[in-house]
Amino acid sequence: MTLSVPTGAGFVASTRARALDRMRMGDLGFRLLTRAAALGVLLILGAVILSLISGSLPALQAFGLDFLIAERWNPVTEKFGALAPIYGTLVTSFIAMLIAVPVGLLISVFLTELCPLWLRRPIGIAIELLAGIPSIIYGIWGLFVFAPFLQQTLQPFLIALFGNVPFLSSLFAGPPYGIGVLTAGLILAIMVLPFITSISRDVFEAVPPVLKEAAYGIGCTTWEVVRNVVIPYTRVGVIGGVMLGLGRALGETMAVTFVIGNAHRISASILAPGTTISATIANEFTEAVGDLYTSSLIALGLILFVITFIVLAAARYLLLRIERRVG
Amino acid sequence: MNRLYAARRRRNRIAMGLSVLATVFGLGWLVLILGALIWHGFNGLSIAVFTEMTPPPGSAGGLLNPIVGSLILTALAILIGTPIGILAGTYMAEYGRYDRLTTVVRFINDILLSAPSIVIGLFIYEIMVAPMGHFSGLAGAVALAVIVIPVVVRTTEDMLLLVPNPLREAATALGMSRAVVIRKVCYRAAQTGMLTGVLLAVARISGETAPLLFTALNNQFWSVDLNGPMPSLPVVIFQFALSPYGDWQSLAWTGALIITFTVLALSITARALAASRKES
Repeated sequence: MTLSVPTGAGFVASTRARALDRMRMGDLGFRLLTRAAALGVLLILGAVILSLISGSLPALQAFGLDFLIAERWNPVTEKFGALAPIYGTLVTSFIAMLIAVPVGLLISVFLTELCPLWLRRPIGIAIELLAGIPSIIYGIWGLFVFAPFLQQTLQPFLIALFGNVPFLSSLFAGPPYGIGVLTAGLILAIMVLPFITSISRDVFEAVPPVLKEAAYGIGCTTWEVVRNVVIPYTRVGVIGGVMLGLGRALGETMAVTFVIGNAHRISASILAPGTTISATIANEFTEAVGDLYTSSLIALGLILFVITFIVLAAARYLLLRIERRVG
Repeated sequence: MNRLYAARRRRNRIAMGLSVLATVFGLGWLVLILGALIWHGFNGLSIAVFTEMTPPPGSAGGLLNPIVGSLILTALAILIGTPIGILAGTYMAEYGRYDRLTTVVRFINDILLSAPSIVIGLFIYEIMVAPMGHFSGLAGAVALAVIVIPVVVRTTEDMLLLVPNPLREAATALGMSRAVVIRKVCYRAAQTGMLTGVLLAVARISGETAPLLFTALNNQFWSVDLNGPMPSLPVVIFQFALSPYGDWQSLAWTGALIITFTVLALSITARALAASRKES
């Protein structure tokens, strides 16, 4: 018996075919694996939405649309309404944006127009580090340092200043608690500042130098260049960045939970304690007894997710549009 | 004419002055917060913090169990989230660069990236804690993994898109299949950038509290059982800071100091890595 050693062209062709097959299979396998992972990202979003809807069904069935417009929040009689947390979320975010948008834009103006080159990176990084500090740190700092400080300085000042002005006096009424809606809004402002700054700096830097040089060439001051060339050119991107910051502010949890006071009522005064959607969930979820209570909290989560989803989607859409225009 | 010019210059000076002030204002908060952390937390920093368990109110103790819990949760979350994130990013940058699917995934991923983390906690509660009937460290890790995935997807895609096409063409010309090109050439070229992404993800989740509140819950005792409630540093800080006890509050400050400087060190390392890549 002789061992037949395969030789010749036929053998080479067959091993090559096998190797090619193996490669093709490996490639197909890897391709499918990565595709599955990409689909997995979509699946996560779908699962989040579905689980929130199924979890909040009992509450939505029990209260219907009333849930959105009722202010009561009574765990004892199991009557729940989301108006106070929704109001608190919107008001704190509004205060935050009122401060963070102008300050953030001015910082980007400083970074792109005034700052000496060697200082740009360190200052940019320092501002971005503010975004890296975990939310709970803002919370503990807000509760023990910032709120007592406000209680002794800013809040009495506001009360005295607007005490006799109609309308504004009710906005700044009541004793200075330290914690409350205003404090939460101010802390949110510090937290979203880096997001607004870094995006508006990026879009400011994308302005073609020729445009700015032309404006300087006809004798514009730096402020006029920013006001009439840079901002109009980057408007869409800046709005996108602002919306992104707003999305963050709306969903921010721990820092707000520490300083808002967790009171389920709507007060005219922004010095009074209030609550937000995320703070209510964080404070009450583990202590919630009864299915209806838990389900109402999940329904709050659903509302928060829908609001932030809309804001973030709008932000991304605007930022995509500016990318397309540039590209 | 001269008066107009003076007015314009004045307005310019005011605007520029305001922008300098705004920058000082922004940087001031960083200094104030870090200063407060050191002021309140530094005195509590001792060996005992790293070797002793969390104490009952009124006695001395440390933060050993929450620190270990945080390390376990973070490691597990990275272990679960990173592979999925890298694979998804790979699809978007390599196989499906011009796909409809990629555009959709990128859009959704960007939304997940800034989605409120407390909602992620509710989601994991619904799909893991409620069916299992009890809080568990595993649920906490999965919740953190859901936060890791979008960060890693984003950086992986960005870094792979930066890999120059001639590298891929050269590798393909040698007869490598697409999968081999990606794994042996593209991954290697984008290595540092992808590592940056993972570091950023670690920095992001090591301070996360909201998604752990009703998944991993908390535990006053030593626990490495993934099937039971597990302590973590952020949740312990939350609980201790809001307690009326002085020792608990000062432990919370010390924990806050540890977390903040860990997170800042991680993000500075990530930045330095990214910068060194750009220069070389």
